[in-house]
Amino acid sequence: MEQEHKPPNYMAIFYWLAGLTVVEVAWATLLHTNRFPLIVGLVAFAGVKALLVALFFMHLKFERKSLGIIVGSTLVLGVILVTVGLLEHYLPRP
Amino acid sequence: MTTHALTADQHLEPPSTTGIPHDKMGMWVFLCSEVMFFTGLIGAYLVLRFSSASWPDPSKTLNIPLTAFNTFLLICSSVTMVQALASADRGDLRKMKLFLSLTLLFGACFLGVQVFEYNKLLFHEHFTPSSSLFGSVFFTTTGFHGFHVFCGVVCMAYMTGKAFLGKLTQAHHQGIETLGLYWHFVDLVWIILFTIIYLF
Repeated sequence: MEQEHKPPNYMAIFYWLAGLTVVEVAWATLLHTNRFPLIVGLVAFAGVKALLVALFFMHLKFERKSLGIIVGSTLVLGVILVTVGLLEHYLPRP
Repeated sequence: MTTHALTADQHLEPPSTTGIPHDKMGMWVFLCSEVMFFTGLIGAYLVLRFSSASWPDPSKTLNIPLTAFNTFLLICSSVTMVQALASADRGDLRKMKLFLSLTLLFGACFLGVQVFEYNKLLFHEHFTPSSSLFGSVFFTTTGFHGFHVFCGVVCMAYMTGKAFLGKLTQAHHQGIETLGLYWHFVDLVWIILFTIIYLF
């Protein structure tokens, strides 16, 4: 079993998630035509939200390292899959 | 008597070589396969989107405020789910039942809003899977996510029923944590889908 830990402040995480959702929608509305900052900002906000859910709600922060390695390696494979797919489009063809 | 009690405990909680309960470990392995499943869908969406010469503006077709509200519902359901587990850990079974019921309610509301959105898109705005490439990937991706939420709601109803029948106690409530992992994963996937499909 994982080590006993003090439960995180779940309501604080909820406020962060709700607040970041509002910021995301506002960001998308304000920077509608400016593609580069729009995409960078949205990816950053979504990344932080996903990280908060995984670390605190799914308790990955308090789990054994071995579990983190299993989940982390899956994420790395996922990132490689998407990156290779996108590079196929962006890299010049022979 | 002691031997009998020990045997019964061992039957309920089989020893784990990983230090992680078997059902929880099984759920994590399942979630890893789900990560690859949704990565495939999201990756396909991104590749199609960025390799297309033109792509419709999602905000012109989709109802962003409604979906932002739906995102909020799913975030609420994640908080109530984690509070249900914390209550079970503390032995506060009354709050555990309350939070499980709220999670079920929020999940059902999410599905209700999604059905309303689909109905409006398909029958009023004639935005269908066959109307465009965007329509095709939109319905495939959000449809599969919705199916995952539906499965989660069915399991949540079962778990809530067990709680009200008194089958979940402070000592035996591993199912809540295992189901919670699935539920939070579904929330996490929606956070990403909402951003890349509705806001990009």
